[in-house]
Amino acid sequence: MVLKVKAQAGSFESSDILIMVEPVAKGTGRTIELKSIVMQQFGDDVLQQINRDLDHYNIDDIRIIVNDKGALPPTISARLETALKRSAQVQAGTLTK
Amino acid sequence: MLYIPGNNPAMLQQGSVYGADGILLDLEDAVALNQKDSARILVSHMLQYISYEGCEVTVRVNHIDTPFGLEDLQQIVPLQPNALRLPKVETVEEITRIIKVIEEIEDKHGLPHDKMKVHVMIETALGVQNVYEIAQYSDRIDAISIGGQDLAADMQLVKSTDGIGIDYARKQIVMAAKACKIDVFDTVYVDTENEEGLREEAEYIKKLGFTGKAIINPRQIEIVNEVFTPTDLEIRKAAKIVKAFERNKAEGIGVFAVDGKMVDAPVVQRALRVLEMADIEVSEL
Repeated sequence: MVLKVKAQAGSFESSDILIMVEPVAKGTGRTIELKSIVMQQFGDDVLQQINRDLDHYNIDDIRIIVNDKGALPPTISARLETALKRSAQVQAGTLTK
Repeated sequence: MLYIPGNNPAMLQQGSVYGADGILLDLEDAVALNQKDSARILVSHMLQYISYEGCEVTVRVNHIDTPFGLEDLQQIVPLQPNALRLPKVETVEEITRIIKVIEEIEDKHGLPHDKMKVHVMIETALGVQNVYEIAQYSDRIDAISIGGQDLAADMQLVKSTDGIGIDYARKQIVMAAKACKIDVFDTVYVDTENEEGLREEAEYIKKLGFTGKAIINPRQIEIVNEVFTPTDLEIRKAAKIVKAFERNKAEGIGVFAVDGKMVDAPVVQRALRVLEMADIEVSEL
């Protein structure tokens, strides 16, 4: 998947997660900035899951800002998938150009 | 059946805990146009992760002629929820086309055509006129429901709480469902603060023959369940009729009396239905 524009998905509602993704130059690597209301208990799990999902999509270079309000794993994966697809412009959505 | 907005993670993950017989994960009217992709993806992930045990799971997709409908089908059909709800179906040609698409997706994924059921929503005047033809089109259609809000808009009705404007449609839809021997669900009651109004409407539509009612708030579950669950008196009467029927059947008698009232096959059928709704087996009597 080739990221083209800044995009976001999710919300600040309880049990949701807001994920903003931004394409960066090739070779830059992954930067993930995470804030979570359950950082102490689940912060590492959230980061691991995001990295696993990025592996799945073969995305090595990206900047992600994550604000987690206690989302379950399916919500984290869904919001990341939505943000990535919006960024890659493979589907319509709230694109941040 | 409790409607749950498809883009709300908190409600999606708690959907089955409120005691509704079924939940409807909604990708259609409960989702803003610019969040359709987000809801579709979220519901897909939830269906694979959450166990909605004891609760029938239906997903309402967008109409196939909208920019979202085909993608909804492509993503949801392979996950095989208990049922797929198709909104605003108006003609038999339309349902033919939609079921063909569903079955093509199932073929592509090596899935059977008889596992996931289809619920058809009738929400326009044209749909009401064609409801019987639509309902009897396929064996996998096992329920019809009426979408009162959209129907009222299509009929250009003045907003009212008594439901008079959609009364003919309700009756027509019930009759079509009964003719096809399938379930029929009533529309939502939108005033979540008015519990008495909800109870009156639920009692009315039960008398019309509806199998159940759609709800939009967990607070409405108890009232609708109370209305649709047979009372102790109804269960006792039904049990008495069925027991008398079993005794008389053994003696070759088809028509008899219970408490001074004539009982024949249709009365027994209704009594059996009461026991079925109360989850009582005839063998338990």
